[in-house]
Amino acid sequence: MTAESLTKTELVCPAGTPAALRTAVDAGADAVYCGFQNASNARNFAGLNFTPAELEKAVDYAHQRGAKVLLACNTFPPGGSTDIWKTAVDDAHSFGIDAIIVADVGVANYVRETYPDQRLHLSVQAGASSPEAIRYFCREFDVRRVVLPRILTVAEIKKVHDAIPCEIEAFVFGNIGMMKEGRCALSTYVTGESTNMDGACSPAHHIRYVEDDERNLTTRLGRFAVDHFAAGEAAGYPTICKGRYLTNDRTCGYYAFEEPRTLNLSALLPDLMKAGVTALKIEGRQRSRAYVKAVVSAFRHAVDALMEGRDPKLADLIALTEGAKQTEGAFKTKTWR
Amino acid sequence: MTEKISAELTLGPVLYNWKADAWRDFYFKIADEAPVDTVVIGETICYKRAPFFEPLYGEVMERLEAGGKTVVFSTLAEVMLPHDRRIVESICSIEDHLVEVNDASGLYHLTGKPHNIGPLFNTYNEEVVKTLAKRGAKNFCVPHEMRATAIEAVAKEANALGCTVEVQVFGRQSLALSARCYHARAHDRIKDTCQFVCEDDPDGLNLRTLEGQPFLTINGVQVLSNDYVDLIAELPDLARMGVARFRLSPQNVDMVAVAKVYRAAMDGDITAAEGHETLKDLVGDTPLANGFFYQQPGYRFIDGDAVVH
Repeated sequence: MTAESLTKTELVCPAGTPAALRTAVDAGADAVYCGFQNASNARNFAGLNFTPAELEKAVDYAHQRGAKVLLACNTFPPGGSTDIWKTAVDDAHSFGIDAIIVADVGVANYVRETYPDQRLHLSVQAGASSPEAIRYFCREFDVRRVVLPRILTVAEIKKVHDAIPCEIEAFVFGNIGMMKEGRCALSTYVTGESTNMDGACSPAHHIRYVEDDERNLTTRLGRFAVDHFAAGEAAGYPTICKGRYLTNDRTCGYYAFEEPRTLNLSALLPDLMKAGVTALKIEGRQRSRAYVKAVVSAFRHAVDALMEGRDPKLADLIALTEGAKQTEGAFKTKTWR
Repeated sequence: MTEKISAELTLGPVLYNWKADAWRDFYFKIADEAPVDTVVIGETICYKRAPFFEPLYGEVMERLEAGGKTVVFSTLAEVMLPHDRRIVESICSIEDHLVEVNDASGLYHLTGKPHNIGPLFNTYNEEVVKTLAKRGAKNFCVPHEMRATAIEAVAKEANALGCTVEVQVFGRQSLALSARCYHARAHDRIKDTCQFVCEDDPDGLNLRTLEGQPFLTINGVQVLSNDYVDLIAELPDLARMGVARFRLSPQNVDMVAVAKVYRAAMDGDITAAEGHETLKDLVGDTPLANGFFYQQPGYRFIDGDAVVH
C-alpha cells in the first residue's frame, strides 16, 4: 500500500471538559468535539461539558494550535423548549466554531436559515444510514459531512461514499451500540428521562448494583434487572441494549441485542482510509484526560504512519483495549445482522 | 354525560409478520366493521417480509376504500440496504395515495409533494413541523415518547400551518430500531438466514428480565414495549391541545372491538373509565400504560383523574 492511495484523514477526538480539549489538541487531534452543559448534546451528564465562556476560550486555544472545534448539538428539542438549542447554536457561531453537529431537522433548518455560512455536520443521532437520507440533509440544509452509524461494513461505507456529495466521518474507537442512535427510547421507557430529548442514556441516578449474600451482583436500571454477574465476574454498566434477558425458548440469560464491547477498528484503519473516509472519530466525551491522551496519541501515530507509508504499529492501538472485550463491530462483515 | 370529541381514528400499519392470508382477512374485517377513518398499510419493519404483502395491497386497498376508509401507505423505518432503498422508492412513487414517511430517505423522494410523517420519524418540536410543512408534510404522527407539553407545542404549530397532528393512543410503543434482526438473533440466526422466524410471533417475541419480569417485545429489527399504550382517558386533553387524529396500532387482539371502544369514548357514549375496563378485558394479560404522556417511565399507568392539570 502506498501513501498516495489514501485520502488525508482528520482525527476527530472527544472532549468532555476544557482540560480534555487541551489534552486532545496537544496530543495531535485535528478536530475536537464538545457540547454545552445542557440537554442540547447527547452526553448531558453532571460534571461534563462546557459553559459558553469555556467554549469560547477552548475555540481560541484550538485555533491558535491549528485544530478545529466542533459543537455537538445533536439531540432533539422537545416542543416548547427549542430556545436552549437555538442559544447553543447562536453562542457557538459567535465563538467562531468550525462546525455544528446536528441531528434534528428543525435545528438543522434553524442553523441554515440563521447562519447561511455556518458549516453543518450530520450527527450519527440523525440515523441517516442510506445515501438518500444523507442526500436529503445535504440538499435541504447544505450538510457538508455525515457521521455514519456504526452499522455499516467497510465495503458499504465505500459505496455510501461514492453515492453522496458530502464528507464521511466514521467511528474507529469507543463504546459501540447496535441500536440506531437517535431512534432509541429504551432508557426513556425505564427512567422517564429521554435520551433523545434530555441527552442522557441510562443516567447514573437510575442505576443500582445489588449484591446478594453470595456476592452475586444484579445490575438494575430503574425497576428492571439488566444483568446478573457471579461473584468475582466483572460487571458492566447497566444499559438496556447490553443486558441479558430471557425468552420462552431461551431460559438462560442471553445478550438479546448485543454483547458489551468496545469498538476497536485499528486493524481496519487502512481500509477505512482507503474507503474515502475524511475523518476518523473517537468516541468518549465521558472519558478521562488520561484516556483521551493515550487513545489520541496512538491513533495520531498510526494515521500519520499510514499516510507516510510507514508501519502503523496497529498492535499499539489494539493494546488500548487490553483487558476489555473488543470488537470490529459491523465494519468488517455483515454476519452480525 | 361525557363530552364529545371531534377527531379522527387512524389504524396504523400492522408491524408484525402476520401470515399473508391472516393479514388480508384482518384488513377485510377492518374495512367492513371497524369505525376508523384512515388505515395505514404497508410493510414498515423488514424488507424481507414485503414480497408477501405487496401482491395483496391492491385488493386490500379496494376493500378498505369500499368501506369508506382513506388508505395511506407506510414506508420502511430503517433504510440501509439496496432492498430497503428500492422499496422506499417504489412506495414513494405512488401518486394517487398519501405516503407516510418513517425516515429521511422517504423525505428525499417526497419533498415538494404532499405526504405524511410517521411515528418512527423524529417530530419532537415545532421547528421540525415548520421545516417539513414547508416541504409538503400534511399530517404528523409524533413519536411514542412525547410528553404532553411537547405534543401541545407541536400541535399548535401544525394547526397554524394547516397541518394535523396524530398521537398513538393504543398498541405497543415502539422503543428502538436496529440494523440487526433480534428475532433472528434469538434463534441463533442472522437476518440473511432468518427463515422468517418472526412469523411465529404474531404479537412479537416477549423478552423477560433475568428475574422473569415481562419487559420488552422483539419484532425483527424493532424493539417495542411489553405493554400497550392506552390514552383513552387522555383523549379530551389531546383534543384540547389540537390533536386531530388518534392512532390505534394493530395487535393480535380484537382490533374491531378496540376501535369501537375508542369511538364510543370519543362519541361520549362511554366514560374513559368504562373504556379502560373494556380494553383490559380485550387485551388479556398485557398491561396498559400511559407514562410517556406524563413524562414518566413509559411502562407506568398513571390515573389521569389523579393528575392535576
